[in-house]
Amino acid sequence: MCLGIPGQITELVDHEFLVAKVDIGGVKRDVIITCVVDDEHPAESCVGDWVLVHAGFAMSRLDEEEAARTLALLAELGDMQDEIDLMRQVGSSV
Amino acid sequence: MKYMDEFRDPATAKKLVEEIKRLAPIARGQREMPLQIMEFCGGHTHTLFKYGIASMLPADIEMVHGPGCPVCVLPMARVDDCVAIAEQPSVIFTTFGDAMRVPGTRKSLLQAKADGCDVRMVYSPMDALAIARKNPEREVVFFALGFETTMPSTALTLLQAYREGLKNFSLFCNHITTPATMRAILTDPDLRLDGFLAPGHVSMVIGAHPYDFVTRDYRKPLVITGFEPLDILQALWMLVKQFAEGRCEVENQYARIVPEAGNVAGLKAIAEVYETREHSEFRGLGNIGDAGVQIRDDYAAYDAEKKFGLPIDFAQGAVGYDPEHLKCADVLRGVMKPWECPAFAKTCNPQNPLGALMVSPEGSCAAYYAYGKLAKRS
Repeated sequence: MCLGIPGQITELVDHEFLVAKVDIGGVKRDVIITCVVDDEHPAESCVGDWVLVHAGFAMSRLDEEEAARTLALLAELGDMQDEIDLMRQVGSSV
Repeated sequence: MKYMDEFRDPATAKKLVEEIKRLAPIARGQREMPLQIMEFCGGHTHTLFKYGIASMLPADIEMVHGPGCPVCVLPMARVDDCVAIAEQPSVIFTTFGDAMRVPGTRKSLLQAKADGCDVRMVYSPMDALAIARKNPEREVVFFALGFETTMPSTALTLLQAYREGLKNFSLFCNHITTPATMRAILTDPDLRLDGFLAPGHVSMVIGAHPYDFVTRDYRKPLVITGFEPLDILQALWMLVKQFAEGRCEVENQYARIVPEAGNVAGLKAIAEVYETREHSEFRGLGNIGDAGVQIRDDYAAYDAEKKFGLPIDFAQGAVGYDPEHLKCADVLRGVMKPWECPAFAKTCNPQNPLGALMVSPEGSCAAYYAYGKLAKRS
């Protein structure tokens, strides 16, 4: 619940409600990016950025190396697959 | 991947362990007991066991596993309230996976589902909102729980429901805050803690300053840390260094993720939606007056407690306690090790958890079980 999974923003879906398509471990899902958008990082500049996704919300920016490290850690801890499977089941429902 | 290799570099780990071993006796000083360091977060407990970090540490340091697992501190009465809501014929009850298996006094949500209730596991509170949009004739309730890591997501979901004017969506709010929980631990007379490893992703939301009282009022050093093995080793080294040098500060090992001021947008959403709850019952920690939050009156229409007249038991002070033979409370408070509980690894195991600490991989009983720490000798 608390670790979060890194994902890469591939597309801005809704500018008004700050929804972006994020590739999380191969699953693409809509994610709310409100918490990672500010004057320095406007929504339109977010495509390509790596973010830490908790429960469908991007909570922090990551650089690519940090993202790779976190993905490796989660894979080792065995915590990631259940969430990815759940995301597949639930689908992109935002 | 070069950086990652460096981050997992065994030589660096070895050097850090050696430094910790060198400093630990100085840090321990004349104390009779080993230095007792609490890792608040269940994610850290998981890493400590997975990578054998606890067994690398010198006898001068003892890790005390904290209550930082949201489902583990959930009292049975709150699960009973979830079941009571889910049993309403019009309700679709939605929740994170971990919460499904937490036992209540009558049953878990998973058992309620098996008994015919419409209980659905979701990945995000926004999934619950989508279910509400698709089912306007049903009441959709999301079980909002967790420390500050998950609070912005539920707050933002509620604000989205409010913007859309949805009438059939509500949150059953069971969020709790980390600093107030730490204060309760620090005032527990049974615990003799010397310092803290603070949770990385909670701190990503709240920043570093909410911990200032730990060093200022209680004189306990604290280091915010990440989840990599080297994160934790480095944080432990920073902590023993503070003891050895006679310092007492809040330090941030996880600065690559944790900004000093936290996440501005996340904190704004939390402040907009939630206010401190007068009474909050925690499993193992009892009533912590200012640790829980509730939904502000402005958003009462989205508060499942008000919508369903709950929690009846909680309002009357009739909390569902754990059965006496389960020692979850003592394990949660760090005064008992899991293998000292008579039910541990016997009647209580991950396949059939009797207590919440065995449910989530972040619970200390589940971690001890998974890594074979079934008795003191092993």
